[in-house]
Order: sequence, then C-alpha cells, then structure tokens
Amino acid sequence: MFEIFGIPSQALFGQLLLGLINGSFYALLSLGLAVIFGMLNIINFTHGAQYMMGAFAAYLLLQYVGLDYWVALVIAPILIGATGILIERLFLQHLRKLDPLYGLLLTFGLALVIEGLFRNYYGSSGMPYQVPQSLQGGRNLGFMFLPNYRAWVIVFSLVVCFATWFAIERTRLGSYLRAATENPTLVRAFGINVPRMVTLTYGFGVGLAALAGVMAAPIYNVSPQMGSDLIIVVFAVVVIGGMGSIMGAIVTGFVLGIVEGLTKVFFPEASNTVIFVIMVIVLLIRPAGLFGRSA
Amino acid sequence: MERVVDPLLLRHRWETDWSIVIAFVLMVALFGLAPFAVYPVFLMEVLCFALFACAFNLLIGYVGLVSFGHALYFGWASYLSAYAAKAWAWPPELAVLIGTATAALLGVIAGSVAIRRQGIYFAMITLALAQMMYLVALRVKLTGGEDGIQAVPRGRLFGYFDLSNEMTMYVFILVVVLAAFLLIYRIINSPFGEVLKAIRENEQRTISLGYKTDRYKLVAFVLSATLAGLAGSLKAQVFQLASLTDVHWAMSGDVMLMTLLGGLGTVFGPVVGAFVIIAMQNYLAPFGQWVLVIQGVIFVVCVLVFRRGIVGELANALRVRL
Repeated sequence: MFEIFGIPSQALFGQLLLGLINGSFYALLSLGLAVIFGMLNIINFTHGAQYMMGAFAAYLLLQYVGLDYWVALVIAPILIGATGILIERLFLQHLRKLDPLYGLLLTFGLALVIEGLFRNYYGSSGMPYQVPQSLQGGRNLGFMFLPNYRAWVIVFSLVVCFATWFAIERTRLGSYLRAATENPTLVRAFGINVPRMVTLTYGFGVGLAALAGVMAAPIYNVSPQMGSDLIIVVFAVVVIGGMGSIMGAIVTGFVLGIVEGLTKVFFPEASNTVIFVIMVIVLLIRPAGLFGRSA
Repeated sequence: MERVVDPLLLRHRWETDWSIVIAFVLMVALFGLAPFAVYPVFLMEVLCFALFACAFNLLIGYVGLVSFGHALYFGWASYLSAYAAKAWAWPPELAVLIGTATAALLGVIAGSVAIRRQGIYFAMITLALAQMMYLVALRVKLTGGEDGIQAVPRGRLFGYFDLSNEMTMYVFILVVVLAAFLLIYRIINSPFGEVLKAIRENEQRTISLGYKTDRYKLVAFVLSATLAGLAGSLKAQVFQLASLTDVHWAMSGDVMLMTLLGGLGTVFGPVVGAFVIIAMQNYLAPFGQWVLVIQGVIFVVCVLVFRRGIVGELANALRVRL
C-alpha cells in the first residue's frame, strides 16, 4: 500500500476501476446510440429500457431456463435485438419523413411502456445476479485488488467496441452503411436494400444495449429502472462527444467514466454531476462536441 | 419610403378570431362553474398543469424547440415558493414571485447553454441539465431531500384573503392562470411571436432576413421557463408541498404528453391535454404502474396517428383556429 496525493492507492485505483467499468457501459451505449442515429436519424430513447431488458433476459434465462451467463451473453442480445427489429418495422419506419423529434417522443413513449410493464411484474427492488463461476474471485496486483469479472467487462467491452468500429469503418458492409447514411437514395439506386439495412442497424444497436445489460447484471442489481437514469448520463456523453464519429463515441465514453471515477476520489459530492458539468463546459467552448461536425 | 406589408399578416392582425374568443369564454365559464360540481383541489391541479403545459407549448409549438427538461423550472420554482412560505413565512404572493423569479434565472442559465445546439441535441441537453439539477435537489438542504418541503402554510394573500379557504384559493389560482394564459396568447400573436413562428418554419431564412434568432430563442426559452415556474410555484401553494417528483424527468415527460395529446401549437390544446392526463392519473392511481404503461401507449398513438392532438383535430374538422 502506498499513497498518491494523500489518497491510499487502493481507494484511488478502486475508483479508477469503477470508472472504467462505468466507462465501458457509457461507451457501449453511446456507440449504439450513434450507430442508430447515423442510419435512422433518431435518438433512441428506448435505449435505456433495452439495456434493462438485456439484464432481465440474462436473469430470466438463468431463473427459468437454467441457461448461464455465457449463453445469455449470446442469446440475450439476439432476442432483444429481435424485439428492436419488430419496433423498427412496427413504428419507426413510419416516422422516416417526419421531424426527428417525433422519433424521440415515440421512443420515449415506448421506454415508458417497457419500464411500466417490468415494474408491474418485478417491482422496483433490484434482484441479484451471480457472477459466473469461471470469473469469480480476483487477483492482487500489488497496488490493488482486481476482481476477475470486472477485468473481463472492461476487456470484453473494449473488444466489442473496436470490433464495431472495424466493421463500420473498415469493411465492405460498413462502407455500404456509411454510404447509406450520407445518401440513401443513391445507395438504393445501386441495388442495395436500404430499408432492410436500416432495420438491421436498429436491431444491432439495440443488441449492443442488451449486451451491455447482460454484462451489467452481475455488477449492478437487475431492476426495472436501471436504464432510465443511466440513459440520461449517456445522452450527456453523446452531447459531449458528438454523434458524428464512432471512435469519438467510444473514446468519450471511456474517458468520461474515468473522469467520473477520479471525481469520486477527490470531490465525492460532485461525482454524479461531473459529466453534466463537463457537458456544459464543452458546449460553451466547442458547441459541436469534441468529435462532432457542426450540423 | 413605403413599407411592404404582407396582406395576409395584416388580415391576421386585425381580424378577431371569433373561434378563440368563444372557446375562451367557454373555458372561463367551465372553470367558473366546475368547483360547484367537482373537487376544487383536483381543478386547481388541472389549472396549474394547464399553465405548465401552455408554457411548454410556447416553446415546442411556436418556436419548434423541444425542451426535455421543463421539470427543472417547475420543480425548482415550487421548492423556492414552498421554502419562502414555510421557512421565511413570506406571504403567498411573494412566495409565488420568488419561485417564478428562480425559474426565470434558471431559464436564462440553462437556455443560454442549450440554444447553442439545435434539434435533437437541444432536447438531450435540456434533459441532461434538468437531471443535473435533480441530483442537486437530492442533496442540498433547502429541498429537504427525499422528504421534500411538507406542510407549507397557506397564509393570507395581500394580507387580506385567507387562502386556507378552498374557494378563495381556487379563485386566486384561476385568476393567475387565466392572466398567464392571456399573456401567452398575446405573446404568440405579437410581432415577436411572428418571428418565433418564422424560426420554427425556417431558421436559416429568418437569419437571412436579419433577425438574430438566438436572441429570440433565448427570450422565448426564458419566458417559457418563467411561466412553467409560475405554475410550479402555484402548485406548491395549493398542495402545500414541494417534492422530488416535481423535478424528476418523469414530470418533463408528463407535460410533454399533455401538450402532445391536447395539440402542439394550438391555443387550448395544452389545457385539454392537462385535464385529460391529470384526470387519468387520478382515476387510474389504484392501478399502480399501469398508468406509466398507458401514458407510454398514448405517446406512441399520438406520434403515429394523432399528431394534431385533440384540439388540433377539432380545429381541423371545424376549419377554425383554436
């Protein structure tokens, strides 16, 4: 044990780790929002509810079907992503020609419906979800104790984030996607089924939210309102980063998580407002956001 | 030099909108007679939320700015108004004023930050700012945290009218809300209001005509926040309570739903929307979380097939302005 700025290393690195964990979720969620916004021009307010559904899917799969964490990690995003595809087909596709604000209102309404239903059946109290057997315990790094599960969350979300970035920025499919974002009519003229791409993009973004939810289940309790407060912070993250760039969303998410963690060490009172304060400062200095192009 | 005036604008300026006059008289008569048939506290709640929704509509309906954080002004105004009446024993008129002034100040600060971005970002920024101030309300002493400020004394208005009498309170609330309603109507039909509508239709073009649209947007934002604050201050006096519910994002969602359901950009829509939603919340209260689900469904239905709202559809069917 040693001290940095009068803070024991254990506390400092502990909060830093927690910050990185939060940052992983910010990054995954703002990434999903950015991908959806790019294609559909909609801010997906349901994102928080879909994150919560991911966590619930993991919980219910374990409780009633007996499928463990690793299976849930694959199945839950697919299931919840499929509900996303349904939502896009049923509702969102009809809003394409309207002001994007209607998309915000509609997804807000959907978030209320989903949260209300889950609260109805599961109450407001959280339900615990066990860390999977293989990731229990942790190791002593000398300056801090690192629980295995938390290390896994950070590494895995980094992998998912960079895989998404690679798929969008470096593959042929991704180039279609980016082209369709710029000019859907032209891309359609080349014989690419843009509406289907839009649907699948929404499903993918929702799947990312659900994946984050599964990963969050063992760390936070599984509860119906776990998504609604988080999504507002993620909105602030998105405003800070700007939704123009995939990498921007990832980096901003992780950095803000770390900043939040450090604030918890040095100014605990300000820890849950610091991201909003940063948002205000960024808006005053660089209104378009750190990575954003001005609209 | 001859000034060119749009003939349409002229006609609009001088002709009386009889449909609006009739609807207004009808509204006053209804609210005047209703307390003899309906529980006054319920009506006062409707009136406060009608004013809140009208203030919100001023922004979304006439400037096209979607604020997702109007609970900030409503809630903090209600805190200050309750605190002044309870801790400082201020008379109701001053308590309401300080609450309203607080909302105006918050509106200036939040507004000047939020109008730096447009559209969807504007909505997210206002929501984030409101959430920040919600977290502040959760911690500072003034708000009483989880307990809120309870048992706020009702006092005597101007040292004379005893507001602990339900009917006196009702008349006070009705007069203030109607005055604010007329003020909003005056604003949207003033030259200033015409510029706001121009910004809603095409901001770039309005800039090219030489208007500093940012200033217009900020003034509209502050006006809306101030009136939302007036509604919150009144609400605190009626219910003798200010609590976290008033500053929570769900409150911003409620006012949005009222406006959307009643009719965006209509004069009477927010009042009708407030009545329907408050009635629903009261009568469906025993069903618990289903209220949330029903509200969500109304949102979805309104956006998909009912974008004009109740009053908008009515005005369209009758071919009048309402």
